[in-house]
Amino acid sequence: MNDPTTGAQVRRSSVPPLIVTQDNAFWFEGVRQGKLLIQRCGDCGALRQPPGPVCPDCRSFHWDTIESSRRGTLHSYTVVHRPQDSAFTYPLAVGLLDLDEGTRIVADIGGTDPAELTIGMAMEVVFTEHAHGEVLPRLRPVSPTFQEGRTP
Amino acid sequence: MNGFAGKAAIAGIGATEFSKESGRSEWRLACECVLAALDDAQISVDEVDGFALFTMETNPEIAVARALGIPELTFFSRIPHGGGGACAPVQQAALAVASGVADVVVVYRAFNERSGHRFGSGPPPFAYAHNTDQEYRNWINPYGLLTPAAQEALLARRYMHKYGATSADFGAVSVLSRKYAANNPKAWYYQRPITLDDHQASPLIADPLRLLDCCQESDGGQALVIVSTERARDLPHSPAVITGAAQGVGPQQISMSSYYRDEIEVMPEVELVARQLWDQSGIGPEDIDAAILYDAFTPMLLLQLEEYGFCKRGEAKDFIADGNLELDGLLPVNTHGGQLGEAYVHGVNGIAEGVRLIRGTSVNQPGKQIDNVLVTGGSPVPHSALVLSVER
Repeated sequence: MNDPTTGAQVRRSSVPPLIVTQDNAFWFEGVRQGKLLIQRCGDCGALRQPPGPVCPDCRSFHWDTIESSRRGTLHSYTVVHRPQDSAFTYPLAVGLLDLDEGTRIVADIGGTDPAELTIGMAMEVVFTEHAHGEVLPRLRPVSPTFQEGRTP
Repeated sequence: MNGFAGKAAIAGIGATEFSKESGRSEWRLACECVLAALDDAQISVDEVDGFALFTMETNPEIAVARALGIPELTFFSRIPHGGGGACAPVQQAALAVASGVADVVVVYRAFNERSGHRFGSGPPPFAYAHNTDQEYRNWINPYGLLTPAAQEALLARRYMHKYGATSADFGAVSVLSRKYAANNPKAWYYQRPITLDDHQASPLIADPLRLLDCCQESDGGQALVIVSTERARDLPHSPAVITGAAQGVGPQQISMSSYYRDEIEVMPEVELVARQLWDQSGIGPEDIDAAILYDAFTPMLLLQLEEYGFCKRGEAKDFIADGNLELDGLLPVNTHGGQLGEAYVHGVNGIAEGVRLIRGTSVNQPGKQIDNVLVTGGSPVPHSALVLSVER
């Protein structure tokens, strides 16, 4: 496709648009407000991520949320080289974070040379624009100025 | 054996050539391989009364039945989860035949997966549907995990970290597959073996996965004909009796991204399938003479060796290094060259090789007697597998 003003060839990202539902809208809304929310069962208190309509432990449909400290350690990661999507710069590091609260999230990793990544390293969650302009989490090594509860 | 185990058999196999550009429609590829498999079984086209397919199959059973003039179908079934479900249509066929719902069930997978939509290129067309089936993509795709290679790399990295496996250990699988493929005229990589240096020099796709850790992308079609073991006995080829056929979904299963289990490098759905197979067939891993293990990416072959109990956790690299997957080893694996070497037909070409091993007609037939062959579907997704056996 072409840019309507410049006529230049624009590569369209292959990232599918978010599928926002009544089950997960709270999470995306939280992220928009600079909060990383974790769904918590309203009956047994079990945390769950990704969100879902019902607690897999006690089958309760009641839930609320807690706000994550946005800190954790790297459980695993990859560095993607090919194929390349227009939404990202490559090589692209992507991590699976063990949040201090005990749940996990996947996000791309910024602020470091991918060669420096190691399993178990301390990381924090920040928020940045992604493929279609939506604000979503990104991981980066814990910064010395990190302050609990403050949105970067 | 219990239940339906042993009551049905694969009596025919047939394929098109495997290429990078077939130059024909997927529909035609499907028709060609179905006819080839029926010819192999010496069963007339009119006798087909059932089909079992992948949900990802783009040539519906009614299109193939119409094109081939098959007058009536009493059984048709579709299985999701792509290559993970690869062996499940055969289970469906065996169940249908064993219960008398159908007499001749054909399984096929036919596509132009290289010259048409490439699975390695990014999310498939159906990924853009707004439904619960695709909701899991919210948690991986926006961050750049767009391909199976990238999604699986997180498990591979964790497995290396935990057990000390290296890229060279994964490469050993690639080298062996290409050695088998080099002797297989149907293989895309016929007469083109590689060395471990070639593997280590191949470009990174999603670190730790290199290009030569990834299966091919291929055009082609493969079909299988399933009938009762009793019927198969009177057909030209020795039956590959379906003595085990199972599906499995494990706890907190997500397609390609079950990242929220305590251990992401363990695949309970595979162990669940293994448990069912041993129970159905009355045999165990020590009785398996050869195996076709789904090799979309080399690390999964190591994990599957462990989940199926051929070696202990973390020891697959040593099991391979000791030569056990070679033709004179304990467990010759992927003797057709696998999807790394022969072609990527979503695992169904591997089922055909399982049948050839039972018949004794593989181009890389091991010297020993082959009584039981394990054939597996893909992982880490909902899983399926078969035990094929000589008639006992």
